[in-house]
Amino acid sequence: MTEIFLEDVAKTFLINGAILPVLAGLTVQVEAGEFVSLIGPSGCGKSTLFNIICGLTAPDRGRVMLGGRDDVPAREVVSYMPQKDLLLPWRTVLDNVILARRAVGREKSAVQKEARELMPLFGLTGFENSYPAELSGGMRQRVALMRTVLAHRRVLLLDEPLGALDAITRTRMQQWLLEVWNNFKQAVFFVTHDIDEAIFLSDQVYVLTPRPAKVCLHLTISLPRPRCAALLTDPAFLALKKKIMLALQV
Amino acid sequence: MPRLDWFSGPVNKGGRIWPALLCLLAFFLAWEAGVRLLAIKPYLLPAPSQVFGTLVEMLPLLARHSQSTLLEAVTGLAAAVVTTLVLAAVMDLHPWIRQGIYPLLVVSQTVPIISIAPLFIIWFGYGILPKVVVVALVCFFPVVVSLVEGMQSADSDMVNLLRVMGYSRWQIIRLVRFPAALPAFFAGLKIAGTYSVMGAVIGEWLGAVNGLGVFMTRATHAYQLDRVFAAIFIIILVSLLIYALIELLAHLAMPWYYNEKEK
Repeated sequence: MTEIFLEDVAKTFLINGAILPVLAGLTVQVEAGEFVSLIGPSGCGKSTLFNIICGLTAPDRGRVMLGGRDDVPAREVVSYMPQKDLLLPWRTVLDNVILARRAVGREKSAVQKEARELMPLFGLTGFENSYPAELSGGMRQRVALMRTVLAHRRVLLLDEPLGALDAITRTRMQQWLLEVWNNFKQAVFFVTHDIDEAIFLSDQVYVLTPRPAKVCLHLTISLPRPRCAALLTDPAFLALKKKIMLALQV
Repeated sequence: MPRLDWFSGPVNKGGRIWPALLCLLAFFLAWEAGVRLLAIKPYLLPAPSQVFGTLVEMLPLLARHSQSTLLEAVTGLAAAVVTTLVLAAVMDLHPWIRQGIYPLLVVSQTVPIISIAPLFIIWFGYGILPKVVVVALVCFFPVVVSLVEGMQSADSDMVNLLRVMGYSRWQIIRLVRFPAALPAFFAGLKIAGTYSVMGAVIGEWLGAVNGLGVFMTRATHAYQLDRVFAAIFIIILVSLLIYALIELLAHLAMPWYYNEKEK
């Protein structure tokens, strides 16, 4: 089943009287359970695209289908993890991760129990009652991801979740992200600037042009899973990387 | 030098109590010396030692009067907070409502309380109600301004995220906007808290049976300035008590904030 289907989506902003075309007819598809990455230069409108999928911004033209239908509210299909972790500073880790689940009126104790059981997978055991300010950057991202995953939606929208982390933490988090994905079988729509990261994680990669953004390359990554760090120097991997670099003109 | 270490120790830990106490002591000494050397009459300016004597002597009476003053101050403060919570929530509904009400709040502060307080006596009698109204009017502004500004400062991305999760407007106010505004709210509440006792005393000046304001009016009329100063001392004490109470409430209400501050 197709979870996200965007057809010819365009958006133009009017900023201080200047016309700023951001998306110029984007067509993207995310199938159930797939890991799909979107890669492109900074400021090419990826966050705008996510806002359109979430229903926070209306597209000028084009079609947005979620879960194969036009009329489903975004919150029933997608769970969004923005670039900033946006943890509520006044809530403990445990109370932050259950936020999305509580939004749909689930019973608190049941949701908390579920969250407690999943703490080890997210490496947060022992931090249930800590406040976000007491955590490191990597841990905050894991809390934010846990909140996103625990919403139990069919699609996760991840907007550069690893962007702010150092290279070593980042590589480790990529492996761990695949582990989490494997555990929950949700489709992932992932935004990144990092070519290696996109290939390493994904089944499909969409490469965008600078603003106004269009898809200039769509690659299917059929590298075997599970994937490990050795893959990064594999000739097949490097060939894919070369194609993407060519498309990005770097 | 151990003496110096002992002296500066509490300062380094953040408790700047010693320098303040020392300054206060020096002030009282200068006052005492001035009154004695210049032989100033007690009905013009009593010496601190005399004020202290009066304070001890009048303590039971002062305690009884400060009870009603404290009751008026706290009730008025609470009334101001409740009104603020309701008004802030309403103002958050639409920018139009906020822009409509906000200037009115500012205008309300330009009305001199001292000139309309007698009207409250006419309307509400000599009981506790007119004093509570005066206190509420004095305290209302700093609290509502800090809360409304604080709610505006909430991260709009956070609000959007919760909206995508499916939270309603009221739930978002409760989960994001109010908590985000708490630090500003308590800052305003501390200012209001110190105003509240003053508001109650002003209310009592204009007509009351009990309270520090009444005690002071009577003492002033009898040129018993030592009693006036003793009452002032009690007012300071009561105000500090309310301040400390608010500080305690703030710690209980936002442990996360003080956690962050300590880091």
